[in-house]
Amino acid sequence: MATAARGASFALPALPRSGVVIPAMAATFLLLLTVLPLSMLILGSLQVEGREGLTLANYANVYSDPRTYRLLSNSFLYAVGTAVLALSLGTALAYIVERTNVPFRRAFFAVTLVPLIVPGIVSTIAWVYLASGKIGVINKAFMALLGLTDPPFEIYSLLGMIWAEGLHLSPLVFLVMVGAMRAMDPSLEEAAVTSGARPLRTLRTVTLPILMPALASGALIMFIRGLESFEVPALIGIPARVPVFTSEIYEALRRYPQDYGSAGSLGVGLLAISAVGVWWYGRLTRRAERFATITGKGYRPRTIELGSWRWPALAFLVLYLLIVVVMPFLVLLFVSLLPFYIPSLDMFQRLTLKNYVTVLEHPDTLLAARNSLLLAVSTATIAMALTAVIAWIVVRTRLPGRRILDLLAFLPIGIPGLVLAVALIFELISFPIPIYGTLIILVVAYVTRYMPYGMRTNSAAMLQLHHELEEAAAASGASWATTFRKIVVPLLWPSLVAGWIYVFVVSVRELSSSVLLVSHDSIVVSFVIFDLQVSGQSNAVAALSVLLVLSLVVVVGLTQRVSSRIGVKGG
Amino acid sequence: MAMLTVASLRKTYTTDRGGVRAVQGVSFTVEDGRFYTLLGPSGCGKTTTLRCIAGLERPEGGTIQLDDEVLSGDGRFVPPYDRDLGMVFQSYAIWPHMNVFDNVAFPLRVGRARATSAEVRKRVEEALALVGLEGLEDRPAPQLSGGQQQRLALARALVRKPRLLLLDEPLSNLDAKLRERMRIELRELQRRLGITTVYVTHDQGEALFLSHRVAVMHDGGIVQEGTPREIYRDPSTGFAADFVGNATFLAGDVVEDGIAALGGRVRCSMPKDLRPGEKGLLVLRPENVVVRGAPERRPNEFGGKLEIAAFLGDHLDCIVAVGDTLVRARAHPSVQLRRGQDVWVEFPVEHCVAMRDDGWRPRALQRSFGEDEE
Repeated sequence: MATAARGASFALPALPRSGVVIPAMAATFLLLLTVLPLSMLILGSLQVEGREGLTLANYANVYSDPRTYRLLSNSFLYAVGTAVLALSLGTALAYIVERTNVPFRRAFFAVTLVPLIVPGIVSTIAWVYLASGKIGVINKAFMALLGLTDPPFEIYSLLGMIWAEGLHLSPLVFLVMVGAMRAMDPSLEEAAVTSGARPLRTLRTVTLPILMPALASGALIMFIRGLESFEVPALIGIPARVPVFTSEIYEALRRYPQDYGSAGSLGVGLLAISAVGVWWYGRLTRRAERFATITGKGYRPRTIELGSWRWPALAFLVLYLLIVVVMPFLVLLFVSLLPFYIPSLDMFQRLTLKNYVTVLEHPDTLLAARNSLLLAVSTATIAMALTAVIAWIVVRTRLPGRRILDLLAFLPIGIPGLVLAVALIFELISFPIPIYGTLIILVVAYVTRYMPYGMRTNSAAMLQLHHELEEAAAASGASWATTFRKIVVPLLWPSLVAGWIYVFVVSVRELSSSVLLVSHDSIVVSFVIFDLQVSGQSNAVAALSVLLVLSLVVVVGLTQRVSSRIGVKGG
Repeated sequence: MAMLTVASLRKTYTTDRGGVRAVQGVSFTVEDGRFYTLLGPSGCGKTTTLRCIAGLERPEGGTIQLDDEVLSGDGRFVPPYDRDLGMVFQSYAIWPHMNVFDNVAFPLRVGRARATSAEVRKRVEEALALVGLEGLEDRPAPQLSGGQQQRLALARALVRKPRLLLLDEPLSNLDAKLRERMRIELRELQRRLGITTVYVTHDQGEALFLSHRVAVMHDGGIVQEGTPREIYRDPSTGFAADFVGNATFLAGDVVEDGIAALGGRVRCSMPKDLRPGEKGLLVLRPENVVVRGAPERRPNEFGGKLEIAAFLGDHLDCIVAVGDTLVRARAHPSVQLRRGQDVWVEFPVEHCVAMRDDGWRPRALQRSFGEDEE
């Protein structure tokens, strides 16, 4: 019975050699990408420069410092706040767009994908210009309109950090919750209604409890993302003197001499917290699978008639788009067209394209753009190909240890980018392979970080694919490689492409690993933006940010267009 | 006393594949305590009709009335949660986050008239006993088997003692043996409780077995309504004859005392309005066709060749080629017939009633493996 549901028993007998070779290669790759750097991180954190042997001195140093506990509570508050904000916004949006008859819901759907593309570094900088106490446009506007003497908002605060990060993560929650709502059998709610439950009671007693596993795992993922985020803590947290784990690790390595001991032991601490989160997440999703009531087919959910509430709901959507998409983009556009930044309407008379010329003429820009593109394309390709094979092994074969492969490929979801970079630095200190400061080490870091996304896309798609399709190919005389190439890949194509685009975009956005790993020859666009911002060249930053966002939108749009004409459409 | 009246119901809907269909002017009445079935192929509008009765869809026109209360129509629309009914869904819709007890107790706890907890316990136990699930109160719902989920869904629909029970293809997700058993139990339960019931199915066997009355639906309308016997014996349209049971269609010009078919004349009785020269249709059920190895020179006897003779235990399923026409017949299992031999088929005149030919032809029997559609 288990055979019918899952693994194909043909897999092994039909491929005597590749049946061992390919899984072994995949396992080696995974060990090199995940277990090795993590071991080096732990080992490195147990060493002190100039001393022999292992010691707990670094931990004693760091964890006896009361500052570390402020760090811990800051990180925790920041991550929890971020998760709560992102989750409530994203869920409310998903419910309104997916389940009600709000006007223009289809159009809204397309627009929500835009903030997914915007790099965290860009949105963080935009919020500095919008809501900083001294120079924030929103503050100036409120002060002028309401005659206030003090700015009503201050982005340089814990609340400001939560606001910027929570908004940035909310579109991700939106997508997750839309998926969860579509996977829900509408007759579960209809059964409640025909049992006499009114709409609000149905929402409370049936809809929300059934969405609970998705909500809980979404909350955990957002918590982890908040914990490991770098842009907001570095650009807002450091000036605001709200240190969190990531900003502290970054500063430890920026100091002279570099404090590897603190960075390592803080990194291990952060890793431990997020590992607990990931473990808990794993438990929740397993429970969610038990909850799943059969099929897995997409449902057309019932839409709730909002009546006169349609317009307030629409207003909520429009306000969200203004805050998350329109205002950040406009403020950056405004700043990018100014010779210097003063938040005043008078500046509209001094608009200039000079910043764009400066940015485009700078040799670093071109180099960074080339590097980013090269990195994103290779990362997306390697990550999707690697995880397609691993997903196949996990879903289709009955190899002992395939669960471990699954776990290893998923593990990096809990490794903060900054911590991974520290681990890779430790690794390169121990094994002097000359790749430090090259694009190769960046590809290694990116592939490791984004493997979990590829894994999730590919294994979900693979589970949908009936194993008899491959067995039919094998029965027709096709080898494993031919079957994979001619049957599996074409059928997985739509999700491969979707996953590829996603990994491409997040690779271009990547900053928290790059910031520690780039050298002058391997700079990437996100790093250049970060660097310019730190050195105070705000107008150039804005121009570069606008260019980056526009080109990402164009690239994603084009890729989706082109790819929709290739391959088999998912039925 | 509960009598359901549906009059001139209209509703446009999109099918699962995205096409637009409509329920147009559906009218019927379900007498108190009767088991009424809407039977038809997918997309015929039967489920939409049921969902309108439940209030899950808002009809565009027509009225739905339970006894004297207008549920829908005349500018009124009672929301589903205020309708006195119980419904069983095709997927059962058992709430996975509740145990068996809480699933069944739900309707007693959310309705307008709340019951005390002692009352709730008593009625849940009664409902579970009714469907044979007593003792499973504390079991988490996802741990139930398909058959148990189905019973649970039924208990939940009945626990409020509603005036109307709605069932949307409740047996279609069960395997054949279990479906057979649930069919019997459902019939007994309905007859015992005497609850007015509307049932939706595409399975003609279920419809005939369970119902007091059956409405055959096609393209958004009811094409024939009657007792199972009437529906099977005297189909009023080609579609109804084809959909309910197996049949051989003989079409031809109406002649004196019969129709011109099979290279001769098939004698049959004729409705009064069908005159010689018009197109007539004769629908023959397989059990009413006699197959013999030798001719007996009786009326309506035709010679042919035995194409298929398949042993099915309680009968022999035969397909006989008479000229170009394939005739389906059912013979006693002891009859010795061999594939390819010459046989004679007889259509006893008392079973032959012609109707006006509306052009409908069954897809079931074709000589080649052409298109194979279910």
